[in-house]
Amino acid sequence: MTQQDALINYCLRLGDSSLILGQRMAEWCSNGPTLEEDIALTNVSLDLFGQARTMLTYAANLEGKGKTEDDLAYRRSEREYYNTLLSERPNGHFGDTIARNFLHDAFLYHLYTALKNSKDETIAAHAAKSIKEIAYHLRHTGEWVVRLGDGTKESHQKIQQSFDDLWMFTGDLFEMNEVDELLIKAGVAVDLNEVKKNWDSTVNEVLQRATLQRPKDDYMQTGRLKGMHSEYLGHLLTDMQYLQRAYPDATW
Amino acid sequence: MNLKEKYTEQEIWGMIAQIPDPEIPVITIEELGVLRKVEVLSEKIVVTITPTYTGCPAMKMFEDDIVKTLHDNGIENVEIKMVYTPAWTTDWMSEAAMQKLKDYGIAPPVKGTQDKGVLFGSGPKEVQCPQCGSKNTELKSQFGSTACKALYQCKDCLEPFDYFKCI
Repeated sequence: MTQQDALINYCLRLGDSSLILGQRMAEWCSNGPTLEEDIALTNVSLDLFGQARTMLTYAANLEGKGKTEDDLAYRRSEREYYNTLLSERPNGHFGDTIARNFLHDAFLYHLYTALKNSKDETIAAHAAKSIKEIAYHLRHTGEWVVRLGDGTKESHQKIQQSFDDLWMFTGDLFEMNEVDELLIKAGVAVDLNEVKKNWDSTVNEVLQRATLQRPKDDYMQTGRLKGMHSEYLGHLLTDMQYLQRAYPDATW
Repeated sequence: MNLKEKYTEQEIWGMIAQIPDPEIPVITIEELGVLRKVEVLSEKIVVTITPTYTGCPAMKMFEDDIVKTLHDNGIENVEIKMVYTPAWTTDWMSEAAMQKLKDYGIAPPVKGTQDKGVLFGSGPKEVQCPQCGSKNTELKSQFGSTACKALYQCKDCLEPFDYFKCI
């Protein structure tokens, strides 16, 4: 594998995770529990789409086959996607969404904090830009985790269940392969073991405040580095890609 | 035609600097800090802009408006360059622009309140109501009508209002 191939793959991982989580958040549009929350969830969606666009545009340019970010978003199938398994989990109830996003936001926050020093200028600039937005996302979900966890008996029990159900998808966030190895050596990527330490500390702090139990690390799902996903990704893509698949090259 | 002989960078800058923000028409792309650089090359004009937020839908409109304004001035060959570094910050907004925001009913960013601590209790301490001037206001939601704004309410005049986030 060349460094160029590794870099393309790395950008797809970053871009795809934002894209897929952004699509999940867009599903909340007009379904939020309150008007303010509906606006918040879709604002997050918009930020994530913006972040995805930057990385997918960069990946398309690196590939140099004349593709655009739209080709990458709308014309790849499940096995060509490298998003985190966590990002594709269905929205479930509001607590499920908050728990999923909190875990993911904390991951992106610490990942991008580290990537600000990447030797790849585009990735470093992207990280410095995105971190400002992700800080808002993390505060939003972090506050909700505390409100729900330290709320009523029912809200506590429900969000504890959400964390228990989602936990097996958190191991995947920190998996690395030869792509990481190559790019870490080049100073482009960061060691996810380091990111995990910071993630642990944020997650522990918030769960403790929220009077919630951190689930035990047990069996962890894996596969996204190879483009292996849960059944949910295919369904998400059929929805997201429908128009471009049915009417190729359709424009506004 | 050699564009360099016809236009200076200041002239081009002057043509496009007054393009308004589509969402907040009282401030211009220059005041907002979105317009970064103008280069006059012999065969084309290169305009460099930076996004406020990565997903801000206004960016496409800025691009289109810049191209259209230059076309209207007889310049056909325009390239828009998007840069992400240095990342846009509300610190680039002038005092005059902040006053315009306030007059328009949007509380301007409270400078120096970039969120250092990410979790809990961070954010601006005191946001002034743009309607009645009271500092007795309350954050309703970190996310408002556009990516760059948060939703507040004044506890004295009870008016809800947008706050331009400090990033």
